[in-house]
Amino acid sequence: MKNTLRQVFHSPKFVIGFCIFVAILLTMLIYPLFNPGNPLEMIGVGTFAPPGTYVSLYDAIGTNTETLRLSDADDNRIAKALSNEDRVAMVEWFTAMGIDVSELDINDTDALLDLWNENYDESAKPAGMTLAKRKYYKRLNNSLVSLRAADERIIAEKNDEGELEKVDSINKTDYVNIKDVANVKTLPLGTDNFGRDVLKELVSACGTSIKIGLIAGAVATLIGLVLGLLAGYLGGFADDLIMFVTNIFTVIPSFILLILISNSIGQEQRGATVVALVIGLTSWTWTTRSVRSQVISLRNRDHVNLSKLSGHSLVRIVLTDILPYIASYVVMAFILQVSSGILSEAQLSLLGLGPKTTEVPTLGLMMNWAMLYSAHTNGSWWAYFPVILVITLISFSLNLMNTGLDQVFNPTLRD
Amino acid sequence: MSDAVSTAKDFSNAPLCLSGRDVTKVFGLGDKKTVAVDHVNFDFHEGEFVSIVGESGSGKTTLSKMLLGLLPQTEGEILFQGKTRDISTHAKKKEYWKGIQAIFQDPFSSFNTFNKIDTVLLDCINMRGGRNLPKEKKIEMMTEACSFVNLKFAELTNKYPFELSGGQMQRLMIARIFLLKPKILLADEPTSMVDACSRATILDMLLQLRDEIGMTVIFITHDIGLAYYISDTVYIMEHGKFVEFGKADEVIINPKAAYTKRLISDVPKIHEEWDLSTV
Repeated sequence: MKNTLRQVFHSPKFVIGFCIFVAILLTMLIYPLFNPGNPLEMIGVGTFAPPGTYVSLYDAIGTNTETLRLSDADDNRIAKALSNEDRVAMVEWFTAMGIDVSELDINDTDALLDLWNENYDESAKPAGMTLAKRKYYKRLNNSLVSLRAADERIIAEKNDEGELEKVDSINKTDYVNIKDVANVKTLPLGTDNFGRDVLKELVSACGTSIKIGLIAGAVATLIGLVLGLLAGYLGGFADDLIMFVTNIFTVIPSFILLILISNSIGQEQRGATVVALVIGLTSWTWTTRSVRSQVISLRNRDHVNLSKLSGHSLVRIVLTDILPYIASYVVMAFILQVSSGILSEAQLSLLGLGPKTTEVPTLGLMMNWAMLYSAHTNGSWWAYFPVILVITLISFSLNLMNTGLDQVFNPTLRD
Repeated sequence: MSDAVSTAKDFSNAPLCLSGRDVTKVFGLGDKKTVAVDHVNFDFHEGEFVSIVGESGSGKTTLSKMLLGLLPQTEGEILFQGKTRDISTHAKKKEYWKGIQAIFQDPFSSFNTFNKIDTVLLDCINMRGGRNLPKEKKIEMMTEACSFVNLKFAELTNKYPFELSGGQMQRLMIARIFLLKPKILLADEPTSMVDACSRATILDMLLQLRDEIGMTVIFITHDIGLAYYISDTVYIMEHGKFVEFGKADEVIINPKAAYTKRLISDVPKIHEEWDLSTV
């Protein structure tokens, strides 16, 4: 036993898979300690806030300031204020005015602004340009001028007479230390369509999905193991009957069965555990078949005959003379079942047949939400890409462990 | 052991131990039907050393499995101590297996590799009703059984069977038989997978079991020379049938069936040229 374990942990494939899986498990356990609370809490009002650190503007105004004179502050400010559309529009202006822009790089803010300042004329009326368009250019120019000109922004409050009165002003050179701002929130993966913290949701979903995988895997392996052992060891009528049922289930595509069962259970009754059980109940067939064939090859071995001659009962023979010999195989089958259980849940949830949406997030549900709210078309990659990555990593690590074990237990596969 | 033949007794008057009437085993159905054992009749007596000789595929092992009750016969009946054998329930089988035990051909696959040697031997004591004996008594019995086969129990305890050599494992198998003391021992080619030295030791131990405990030994082999050397009675088996049987000396020295003659000519002789034409 000790020797086998040593061999297993000397298999590079197993070790890599094991490390990835343990890292995922540790993240699942440790992350909630740093970021406690309900993973389904809606913190954002809008949808799909991009990843980043969010600083409360309200708190920043009241915070003590330091004066920093940074030479490139103006340029950065303008560069940030000029959107891509504005830059393209500026180039359109130049073209309409007949200026050569073949050398111009629209991402070079300095060159763009220089050219703009030299050539923009409020009174010019390029041919074919609508009034609305000309007004747009005027507004753009004004905002560029004001960004450069104004040194401060005024904060005004209404006084007793209802008139605005200056109470404070913010200079261009005023900076606050982010540590001094009362409310700063880092959202490494932004928020999803409901304004939830994606990372927190992902960690929680990962835990739920692994739980679903483990339950589904355990159920499928247990059913497959018991039926396979009985069919293989008893043979005869029991074998025929069990294989008849197994063949029926093999012929019906299990995913369709899964969809039908999930659908008939109904959204309200479908918790994570129920979905896991349904997945387990539809995916035991190949475990049964392979355990059966392993047992058939074992049941006529001499050590089994010797055990029979020693008067051991059927249960004892199965448990001590057959099961230990196929244990490594069963462990491998279990790992694969866990992996396919997680994938099945993701598939089901993507179709809207996963666990009910109000209780716990799962990896499949997160993908489902991202798809329903068009995250993939509006460029909100953070809502679905990390989920895909985590599903891939979990399945990859489990399959890698399985391959590693296979190499240890099946000498013909050793490198 | 060389005196086995010279002391060969006449067993025709000894009490019957195991007999078969028209015992048949058919595998498969229709066109794919294989008759492995074809209406064989036999009478094995108490204390007799019987050899069943035949080439591979002649049905020896199938017959031995039927004798052991591991495989049901298609036709015919097997009588144990003169009465029809009844192994319909697990309890009855267990009772039957107290009377008949086996040693298999391949010592390496005969033991469960997950069980320690102690477990193997303790199982035998339990089967003989010694479950409640004090621990010291059990250890004493196991030590005695091991020393019968020239093994030291102190060195074997807490070891696994696969840590032993093939010859040692086969001897451990005999130690098991020594503890169980069945009426009949069925040895299915027990020497074909061990070296020549171990072979002599094992054969000697089988004869000792017969002489000291009065066991009936059914020795299954493909080696007619070996059978002649140790048995009282020889059954020659070809294509599932007994073509000839009788006292070892008579069958071997005066073979009647062509198949027996061929088997005898197939035995290599050290000082003569070996006739390969019949092989």
